[in-house]
Amino acid sequence: MDGIVMSRLLTAMTLGFHIIFATIGVGMPLMIMIAEGLGIKYNDAKYTAMARRFAKTFTITVAVGVVTGTIIGLQLSLLWPSFMQLGGQVIALPLFMETFAFFFEAIFLSIYLYTWDRFKNKWTHWALNIPIIIGSTMSALFITSVNSFMNTPEGFKVKNGVLVDIDPIQAMLNASFFVRSFHVVTTGGMTIAFCIASVAAVKLLRNKFPEDKGYHQQALKMAMIVGLVFSLLTILAGDLSAKFLHNAQPEKLAAMEWHFESESKADLVLFGVLDEKTQEVKGAIKIPGMLSFLADNSFDTKVKGLNEIPKDEQPPLIIHYFFDLMVFFGMFSFAVSVLYVIMHKVKRQVSTSSLMLYAIALCGPLCMLAIEFGWFLAEMGRQPWLLRGYLKVAEGATHADGVSLVLVAFGVLYLILGFSCCYVLIRMYKDKPAQLDVEQYAKGGTE
Amino acid sequence: MDYQHIGILVLWTFLFGYLILGAIDFGAGFFILYAKVTGQENELRDVISRYLNPVWEVTNVFLVFFFVGIVGFFPDTAYYFGSTLLLPVSVALLLLTIRGSFYAFETYGKDSKLAWVALYGISGLLIPAAFSTVLTISEGGFITKTAKGVELKWFELLMSPFAWSVVFLCIISVLYISSAFLTVYAHKAKDFAAYKIIRTWFLIWALPMLIICQFTFLSLRQHNQSHFEVATGQYWWIFGLSIVFFLIAFALYYFEKHIEIALIMVILQFASAFYGYGLSKLPYILYPYVNIDKAVVNDTMAFALVVVFILGLLLLLPSLYLLLRLFVFDKEYVKGKKK
Repeated sequence: MDGIVMSRLLTAMTLGFHIIFATIGVGMPLMIMIAEGLGIKYNDAKYTAMARRFAKTFTITVAVGVVTGTIIGLQLSLLWPSFMQLGGQVIALPLFMETFAFFFEAIFLSIYLYTWDRFKNKWTHWALNIPIIIGSTMSALFITSVNSFMNTPEGFKVKNGVLVDIDPIQAMLNASFFVRSFHVVTTGGMTIAFCIASVAAVKLLRNKFPEDKGYHQQALKMAMIVGLVFSLLTILAGDLSAKFLHNAQPEKLAAMEWHFESESKADLVLFGVLDEKTQEVKGAIKIPGMLSFLADNSFDTKVKGLNEIPKDEQPPLIIHYFFDLMVFFGMFSFAVSVLYVIMHKVKRQVSTSSLMLYAIALCGPLCMLAIEFGWFLAEMGRQPWLLRGYLKVAEGATHADGVSLVLVAFGVLYLILGFSCCYVLIRMYKDKPAQLDVEQYAKGGTE
Repeated sequence: MDYQHIGILVLWTFLFGYLILGAIDFGAGFFILYAKVTGQENELRDVISRYLNPVWEVTNVFLVFFFVGIVGFFPDTAYYFGSTLLLPVSVALLLLTIRGSFYAFETYGKDSKLAWVALYGISGLLIPAAFSTVLTISEGGFITKTAKGVELKWFELLMSPFAWSVVFLCIISVLYISSAFLTVYAHKAKDFAAYKIIRTWFLIWALPMLIICQFTFLSLRQHNQSHFEVATGQYWWIFGLSIVFFLIAFALYYFEKHIEIALIMVILQFASAFYGYGLSKLPYILYPYVNIDKAVVNDTMAFALVVVFILGLLLLLPSLYLLLRLFVFDKEYVKGKKK
């Protein structure tokens, strides 16, 4: 393997690992805020216990998120020094703002976690959630802005290989910024809501502590409703993304859909297997005209095909599978949440039947996978560019020795870290019924 | 002041913040391990974790702030440092990751394991050593420019007395600064058992601290003569002040008088040495390749960064003050009477 492939692998590995914890970081504060708020409003210790348990879990994942975030922050310069030298002229602003947002979040999260019983008015402590959510959302927005700049660079001119006439604001609020950040934030909320629902579903299925049933049912209901709201927003965001790609990055859309010839009434291809030589698709479900409709709300829209893109600028065709899986997993979770909410109103016992619970238990992990696949799709879809239209990946990678050694070292690190993190989280709640916490907080007691 | 000087001043200040907070944090981890191994855990653990739990994450942000800021203000540093520091910085990152996560697993998880405390305690001393490579190579002489790109001369780095003296300076500073702070924190907590142990640590490390500083200076003379001459010729009085602060601090700790002021003296001691070092190094960030007058980001971006920085500070300073008020200045919290 050469240095470029290894640099790519290492970056992918770090981001793939970090994104799990980053997603939790975007979604979890909101869930904590909702649970704590409901607890105060209805004076229900179950919700209070829920908020506290979420927050405790969150500290562990935040720790891993912070360290892996630090890693990727430095790896950008270590693995892609030429890119950072060039891009640093333009993307410094959102990167810098991201650290401020992160700083702001870190301070208030620290305060939040250690002041549960400091304030007389419970709403004062609850209000600490607001700066945390502002910080985590802002930080997601700014970092997404850096990534969207790499997809749709603008706000500068090139003169003799040097970037000139730089407009930092335009670079930050580049064409794909709004669509992407909307998608990032909504899927973050959706994924974490479904992850919480999954935990509740598994706990209900296992039924190790029968006295916890009420607690878990309450958690399940809250998470499924939030999940439903966010999956609706996600669908909207996804639709906006397709339209955006059609206009701004047609090569990504074409590779994603194995769409080779430019044509109107283009088909949407679901699943299937591709023979790359003959461009023949086997075993796929084709929905006639749907791709055109998704791209521009009209079946007659002409969608640009891959054959119009120069060979050395085409993204890999594997991204079709990531796209299919992402959409399928997202839609599955959406459908389950719709069914749950309807059943909860119409026939309550069905909403917690074991078949339903098994389906719900799948939603969390599937959504997390959808996040991973979505990022695979987004990142591999802009290959071979590092800075689309300006700098290819091969020109940006480091020449330093030892990339292979570092790659192996970080691979081992993520394995150990992932394993220990799961071990610690599972141990935290394995032998302790939630009811104990609930009773404790009902009495107004502390730990 | 022009943008590059504002930029470097801001970054240097944040690096100083990390140096102090990080040293307290790293040293505290080592003391926890020491206490656990020698069976003094009950005396030390509480007072240390009361400080660490709420602030460790904020400490980490100072580091992130510094490296994002330096790439933002001086993109050339990304190229030169990035191309050469893959191995040393990766080592530092591995240690930082192990430390941060196992600290969280150990503190918030259900059970405590000696192996975790050991990972956490030992890695804390190695991280500053690994990061110190950045400072070492910034003195020049360890990097060559070839047709392929820039490369690090490993052999010269490993054999350099200057490089090793910086490593030891970092390790000793960590133990020195953190014992200085924790002595005061334990005193405020009226935890006299912890106070006694940590104060002894402080007194033990003071002398090596003084010696290693002189040694680093001498080896700098060998390594980068012109830097040494600027430092001793133009800025000797700043380094002189640093020694004065050191002597006052040591005397106050030794006679156990006004130790809060003594802590301020320790901070001033490091501040003067650190800013003196930085001033005498200018205009080079990486000698002789990155010169702040030439490597600064374009004007529009520099202006935007300064504006964002000022707005950011307006947000950060009150928040940091709130954090300190709740966990460091609050007497009841420090004594452990308030959760």
